[in-house]
Amino acid sequence: MSDINTAWEKVKLARHPKRPTSQHLIKELFPDFIELHGDRAFGDDEAITCGLGTLNGTVFTIIAEEKGITTEEKIKHNFGMPHPEGYRKAIRLMKQAEKFHRPILCIIDTPGAYPGIGAEERAVRSAIAYNLKTMMGLKTPILVVVLSEGGSGGALAIGVGDHIFMFENSIYAILSPEGFASIIYKDSTKADVAANIMKLTAQDLKTYGVIDTIIEEHEGLHIDPDFGIQSLKKELVKVLKKLSALSEAKLLDHRYQKYRRMGVFIEQGEKSETKST
Amino acid sequence: MNDFISARKEKLEDFKKNVRKKNTNYEPIDIPDGLFIKCDQCGAAIYEKTLEANHSICPYCEFHFKMGALKRLSLTIDQGSFVEINPQITSSNPLLMQDYEEKLASGKKLSKLNEAFLSGTAQIVGIPCAIGILDSTFMMGSMGSAVGEKVTRLIEHATSKKLPLIIFSASGGARMQEGILSLMQMAKTSAALHYFDQKGLLYISIMTNPTTGGVAASFASLGDINIAEKSSLIGFAGARVIKQTIRQELPEGFQTDAFQLAHGQVDLVVHRKDMRKTLYKLLQLHQGKRDLT
Repeated sequence: MSDINTAWEKVKLARHPKRPTSQHLIKELFPDFIELHGDRAFGDDEAITCGLGTLNGTVFTIIAEEKGITTEEKIKHNFGMPHPEGYRKAIRLMKQAEKFHRPILCIIDTPGAYPGIGAEERAVRSAIAYNLKTMMGLKTPILVVVLSEGGSGGALAIGVGDHIFMFENSIYAILSPEGFASIIYKDSTKADVAANIMKLTAQDLKTYGVIDTIIEEHEGLHIDPDFGIQSLKKELVKVLKKLSALSEAKLLDHRYQKYRRMGVFIEQGEKSETKST
Repeated sequence: MNDFISARKEKLEDFKKNVRKKNTNYEPIDIPDGLFIKCDQCGAAIYEKTLEANHSICPYCEFHFKMGALKRLSLTIDQGSFVEINPQITSSNPLLMQDYEEKLASGKKLSKLNEAFLSGTAQIVGIPCAIGILDSTFMMGSMGSAVGEKVTRLIEHATSKKLPLIIFSASGGARMQEGILSLMQMAKTSAALHYFDQKGLLYISIMTNPTTGGVAASFASLGDINIAEKSSLIGFAGARVIKQTIRQELPEGFQTDAFQLAHGQVDLVVHRKDMRKTLYKLLQLHQGKRDLT
């Protein structure tokens, strides 16, 4: 199998119609989940599900982008494409998590923020930017999981955290391969070629230090969801234990340094490779 | 259709033979390139020097032409007060993208900068500040690792020297050629602003034409005071993408400076000619001890 097939196969697996969405993950990880709604200013965005639930004895605040599986669900959840009020609901509840010293679990699954008139009128740009800055300072552990698709700023807006997990067959990129191909090659049908060079697989992102842990899927979440979800559960418990042992100051410094290192550039002729340790 | 084309061809031949010939008796006049520039908004032909003397603003319709970082700097700060920082940071080609290096080279030539972001310290009517300017002539002012690093270092410099921070944005967003690394610069720059905030320092963000995508959705929207320069396009998603998604015409004036003001998304819309004056006033209002006793 050539590289093109590998990266492109991952894109197809990440978008497999039988792949479970966030609601499935939440049900398995947090049997006592209770949903909380609304941004207190404009509305309730169903592309992002928020709520509380207990995992292994610890109460979490859960923030999850939800695509929906049936056609009806997909429409209800706007195909997982949040509006500004979704991001504002998310940050409202993340701040609440800080108040009650609860860890936060963010589940990323979106092609991107919804490009629409209302989104621009209500300044989705400000909502995303505000989340990026605010999440950096939240004095509680933030765990992030890329479930299937992490697209652009719409994913990152709930994706700043202390430890980033990524399912083996998920993708995370600056833009969809179709969008990338239409910009770079002026041809959106070259998405497979684009996928190969974009470095959007979990393996690629780990070498760049953008993510920390790859969750193996065995046969794939679309065939055997339990295997992946159980490995995620074990990892979440393990990592949370480590993060909880840190002082608030150390936790925040560790978070800042993690993002501070990201990027590859040249300084006075020397290339700075900024990889994770 | 074919008839129409051949008829046009005939007419063109006629034109070449009869009309054009008449002009060949004249001595060729030496007209330098780019002497007149057409306004993107009203279509008027403007004498280049007039335009330059007018801060690159159309004298007929007030359209603000795009402006490079060096010109912007000279219109904003006290002459001779600029000290550049981090000019040595440049882009590499981490994804080994075809044509990226050529694009970087042509960006350097057009902007006369090493990267799309010019940064340093300066004074505005004697008030010291940290200042950064994105240059839209350098790959659309897009943010890759080098721009993200330079923005972050400027913010960190302002934080440690306790300087007010001014950033002019002009950007198409995150730089596609560096993939996910560009996306992560949004988090990196915003993170630095979190620590800047904690020092109680002032950040003024000025969004100029155009400020979109990942730059609009990170540091450009995070000012204590957010200013839109007059006749600027500001937004997250591009108009074309929105149109394709919703399959509707977009309302008139969508994503303009006036749109931003009407929807409560910026503090001020400022005409380019008033920018330095406005910045001075805002800096002045934030000077001195804020002691209530």
